[in-house]
Amino acid sequence: MKRALVTVAGLLLALVLTLAVFGVDVRQGLSLIAEGAFGDKFGVARTLVRATPLVLCGLGMAIAWRAGMYNIGGEGQYVLGGLAGAWVAKALVGPAPGLANPAVLIAAALGGALFAGLAGWLQVRRGVQVVISTILLNFTALQALSWAVRGPLQEPKGQLPLTERLPDTVMFQRFDPQTDLHAGVFVAVAAVVLTALLLWATKAGYLLRLVGQNPRVARANRVDVGRAQIGAMLVSGGLCGLAGGVDYLGLIGQVGDGFSQNWGFLAIPVALLGGLDPLGVLASGLYFGALMAGGEGLARFNQLGPTLVYVIQAVAVLGLVALNARSRPKPVVDDD
Amino acid sequence: MIEALVGLLRFAAPVAFAATGETVGQRAGVINIGLEGMMLGAAYFAMLGSLTTGSPAVGLLCGVGVALTLGAVQAYFTLRLAVDQIVVGTALNLFALGLTSTLYRARFGGSGQLISVPRLPQFGPGLDAALVALPVLVVAAAWGLFRTKWGLALRGVGEYPAAVEAAGYGVARLRFQATVVGSALAGLGGGYLALGVTGSFAENMTAGRGFVAIAMVTFGRWRPAWVLAACLLVGWVDSLQYELQARGLGIPAQILIALPYVLALVVLVAVGKGTAAPAALAVPYRRER
Repeated sequence: MKRALVTVAGLLLALVLTLAVFGVDVRQGLSLIAEGAFGDKFGVARTLVRATPLVLCGLGMAIAWRAGMYNIGGEGQYVLGGLAGAWVAKALVGPAPGLANPAVLIAAALGGALFAGLAGWLQVRRGVQVVISTILLNFTALQALSWAVRGPLQEPKGQLPLTERLPDTVMFQRFDPQTDLHAGVFVAVAAVVLTALLLWATKAGYLLRLVGQNPRVARANRVDVGRAQIGAMLVSGGLCGLAGGVDYLGLIGQVGDGFSQNWGFLAIPVALLGGLDPLGVLASGLYFGALMAGGEGLARFNQLGPTLVYVIQAVAVLGLVALNARSRPKPVVDDD
Repeated sequence: MIEALVGLLRFAAPVAFAATGETVGQRAGVINIGLEGMMLGAAYFAMLGSLTTGSPAVGLLCGVGVALTLGAVQAYFTLRLAVDQIVVGTALNLFALGLTSTLYRARFGGSGQLISVPRLPQFGPGLDAALVALPVLVVAAAWGLFRTKWGLALRGVGEYPAAVEAAGYGVARLRFQATVVGSALAGLGGGYLALGVTGSFAENMTAGRGFVAIAMVTFGRWRPAWVLAACLLVGWVDSLQYELQARGLGIPAQILIALPYVLALVVLVAVGKGTAAPAALAVPYRRER
């Protein structure tokens, strides 16, 4: 609880400091951001829509990092999720439109899971670090996307590098035709509950945390460390892929070159500031979703805008890790 | 012919500079995920330096200085506080992306106008001072890593830091030196992108080049000469894609572009458990108490 309070205070401090350093009148800046994030229904919708992929990918990062797997391939897993979803949609929209929506979600989660699972398997069985393999796989996923939207998945006219737009019946329902807010936000909420249960109420979750905290102890107790690590990567990639599927079904119903807006990378600070805890990830995802939405409001009145959010994220992460490192020094346990 | 080769070298140089520095860093067990941010920060301030002083050489120095500053922040967190390298690197990337985009918008407006700044002067078949320095730096890195006592200790720190500590070297000191080399070269790469290749700046202009550099270190098996070769190969494949599209050959360009990354992974897998990758890569070091 104390930790959470410190984090919240630190996040606000980072916001105020960043605004001040960039010469924004702090009170005016804060009110513009609040206006843009919560001022009206458009603001609230923007906040929730931005927070959805942040929360889903953030949960994915939290699960992997808790198991000691430094998955930085959220970007590639998100892209592959969208791609797998688009593939299934192309096959199902004609013959079985009623099934298309859930099938896209399942395919997206599976696509991301297998992609991340590959990286996990490579580390456990082949000694290729996840940090390195996920960087390589990110590039591969982006090229696969670029190829697919100009090849097999391109819209029928073959003019633009985009997939065909999904019919509205397949997409997530909108609550209000004027805003982008879609039913996919419930997927994110459900994912928070399920990952919290997985981590704190199941044996698999316990083993996952144990393996991340101290692989030696885990091994000494005959825990199959590799299995837990690969499992964590499967769940992690599944959540990132799901984020891709949810955005695909919720926002524009098309996949193209610019499909991912860095969600996979932005999710890492979201997960870290959320203390790698699902509820914390929900809170920090909402906070940064609101900042991104509010930053767009700020951009209408001066030259600064959403890009300031990156600075705030970075300053907050560095502040948090510095605080943690100073307050409780612990010997780093090396693996073998 | 020669001009085409020099053009290829210039195109590949930003990644090659950064990858050479990253090779030294990774050999010491430091993985610099913040490479992308260092290059981006360097590119912006190199552009700004060249614009305000009119001297591209000063601009390049500004870029190196900014990257070194970011490197110092990284060193403080990863070496003094023993914070995870990946956490710090990710934060640095976001910091640089946010900082340069915001400053660029505030100063030059989001209007998308192209700014043009003095570029490095060229001579002969399109060469410039930095391009000539690149092979020299690669040879120096290889010599330093494999032919000096310092390099032996540095590589030891990347494999088994406790042993190097026992032999009387300072692990943090060696990793700090590797971070300095890595950041300076990242700055050179980013600065060269702005002042040698484009003569301009755009938001997020590095567009993943820092991560390409990290991948090339893997592809080049942690050996400077091979890493340079890998960078040139990737630059060549990148330039090839337009030609392929123009000629309408059957191979999708994307498969060619993805090939180096897939190959790097396949080589890692085929060669098997950690024979080339430094064993202590990305592992924070704390002395036993």
